[in-house]
Amino acid sequence: MYDLLWLVPALPFLGFLILALFGKKLGKTISSWVGVGSVGLSAIITLLIGFQFLTDPPQGHVFAQKLWTWIAVDTFHVNIALHLDALSLVFIFVVTFVGFFIHLYSTEYMADDKGYSRFFAYMNLFVGAMLMLVLGDSLLLLYLGWEGVGLCSYLLIGFWYNDPANGYAARKAFIVTRVGDAAMAVGLFLLFTSFGTLDIQQILSAAPQTWPVGNHLAIIATLLLLGGAVGKSAQLPLQVWLPDAMAGPTPTSALIHAATMVTAGVYLIARMHGLYELAPQSMLAVAIVGVATLLVAGFAAVAQTDIKRVLAYSTVSQIGYMFLALGVGAWSAGIFHFMIHAFFKALLFLGAGAIILAQHHEQNMFKMGGLAKALPVTFWTFLIGSASLAAVPLVTAGFYSKDAIIWFAWSGPGGNIYLWLGAVFGAILTGFYTFRMVFVTFFGEQKIEISHYPKWTIHVPLIVLAFFALFGGFIELPGTMGHLTLFSDFMKSVLPVEMAHHESASLELFSQILTATLALLAIYAAYVLYLKKMEVVTRFTNTALGAALQSFFLSGLGFDWLYERLFIRPYVWIARINKRDFIDLFFVFLAWISRQFHYLFSYTQSGRVRRFVLGLALGAVVLLTIVVFL
Amino acid sequence: MNMISLNTGLIIAGILFSIGFIGLMIRRNMIFMLLSIEIMMNAAGLAFIFAGSRWAAPDGQIMFIFILTMAAAEVSVGLALVMQLYQKFKTLDTDAASNMRG
Repeated sequence: MYDLLWLVPALPFLGFLILALFGKKLGKTISSWVGVGSVGLSAIITLLIGFQFLTDPPQGHVFAQKLWTWIAVDTFHVNIALHLDALSLVFIFVVTFVGFFIHLYSTEYMADDKGYSRFFAYMNLFVGAMLMLVLGDSLLLLYLGWEGVGLCSYLLIGFWYNDPANGYAARKAFIVTRVGDAAMAVGLFLLFTSFGTLDIQQILSAAPQTWPVGNHLAIIATLLLLGGAVGKSAQLPLQVWLPDAMAGPTPTSALIHAATMVTAGVYLIARMHGLYELAPQSMLAVAIVGVATLLVAGFAAVAQTDIKRVLAYSTVSQIGYMFLALGVGAWSAGIFHFMIHAFFKALLFLGAGAIILAQHHEQNMFKMGGLAKALPVTFWTFLIGSASLAAVPLVTAGFYSKDAIIWFAWSGPGGNIYLWLGAVFGAILTGFYTFRMVFVTFFGEQKIEISHYPKWTIHVPLIVLAFFALFGGFIELPGTMGHLTLFSDFMKSVLPVEMAHHESASLELFSQILTATLALLAIYAAYVLYLKKMEVVTRFTNTALGAALQSFFLSGLGFDWLYERLFIRPYVWIARINKRDFIDLFFVFLAWISRQFHYLFSYTQSGRVRRFVLGLALGAVVLLTIVVFL
Repeated sequence: MNMISLNTGLIIAGILFSIGFIGLMIRRNMIFMLLSIEIMMNAAGLAFIFAGSRWAAPDGQIMFIFILTMAAAEVSVGLALVMQLYQKFKTLDTDAASNMRG
């Protein structure tokens, strides 16, 4: 069964090739069979491999499959080789499984779109590239997948390219992540000069012997990798691209900008955890980035009016939690939250897509309302997803995964009380903005009539994902409630087990109860403010201070404004000065003189045959003169 | 039989060529332009014949046959163009067909 591993990334690539080459001729039915089927088959193979991995793990809990040699120069070898362990298994499971349901959903969501097969071609290419990213055994192969998913993200954000705003959002996403990728590339160069290889396992095993803990090279390398992760995962200070990325079709937002690609940064840091453990300062940086991001994005989400932008900021915020977990050394808690987050965030985006489809593509949730009765399945699944996102205690998966992170933010190897406070405050914000969205969208009176009732292709993905968003959390229960550690036991073969530096059941219980109570209070506050006493909010936003705060939060805490002044304008200014520089003058002169000659010679093209004859004769006379007399 | 000297022959050829060339330049009627070209070609042929007879070589006559063949081909293409020109512009004036100026 393991030998089929190569098929997992190969099938989506094949689907992409078929759709890209023959997409136009295939028609919608065959396009959807190819697009959905390729991902579906890889999901089935992944499930079979995963099942075998659980029952009959390979030697050392690692399965490596070398396909062929990619680059061989002197001592530098890069193979196209797949590396399957518990960490990559979790990722390929989420990518193919959630990806399959999002593809299935897309057949209905994109049904009337002209670019139907183009959409599935991009989506398949994305899935293939993402699988290469997580299965690649060397950093170069990882980087290939990394750039591949970036390309697909660009293509899909700008999918509806007729609107210039979408093209702008796509370019913004591409350029902002490129800033992080440049840092990551430098990090790879540094690792290569230090270790002479880019093979991940070789680097991880050689690093502790080469670099002592706290070595400055280790710190620089990990910070550079963090730069790449921050760009891809939309963390502070490069988070500005993700909310604008919502310009793409909603299934894209669900798959790429919520469930999988944006968590590539989490994967990178978890994968290189051996390096980060040598650089405690970098770990602290990861944790601080996480906390700062989850707070900034949480505040921004509170003021958004576009339902997809609320979800986008909440994605940024939840990835902040994952970074926090990685930063404090709670590796498997971070990966666990990644998995649960993929379920409920994909669910929420798909639900939002169903709502947008039902509301004539209206995205402003304040223009919606009262959808609970009209779209019951969407409502209940969306409610489950929201409960999971807001970490409603005991019943939802999100509670177990986020609770673990909040507890480790305090008690983990790198945890402290400030990180914990930030994480708890973030949980309050999460509960508030999530249920603000639910109450505004689904309750109150219905304002727009329903334009599209979802069919089974939308309902099935919603229900399956809702199931996982509810029950996925029961494989890892905290010490105070049953202490079940199936997931972290599973991850033990790759990631070190987190050690709480103060094992205190009563403190843990205190943290849990406090967080749960605060989250429930936040939900209640959203209920009061946005369902019962909406006028309080309106009155507040009508005051000068309220309006200023509102627009400040709405703009994502002014980061776009800041970057506009800090980077874009100076750059444009320098470029404008540079345009008239001395060296350019020479080339401008060349262009000018050739244009003058062009005008001159164009006079001779009078179109009169007799003039041409005259020209010929003169030319002949001149040539003959030269030949005879010189 | 009086041999005409090469010099005389070349001068006659030159005069013929000039007549044809001037005709080509000053005439606007396309038929006359074609005629002028024929005259120029015959001038060149005449020069070949004179040169061939001067050095008693057959090349000159062979070249003349080539020129005749070429002239026939040229006339067929040229007349086809004349037909086209006339159909398009209802005139044989070449200056009317000057819409390809640069």
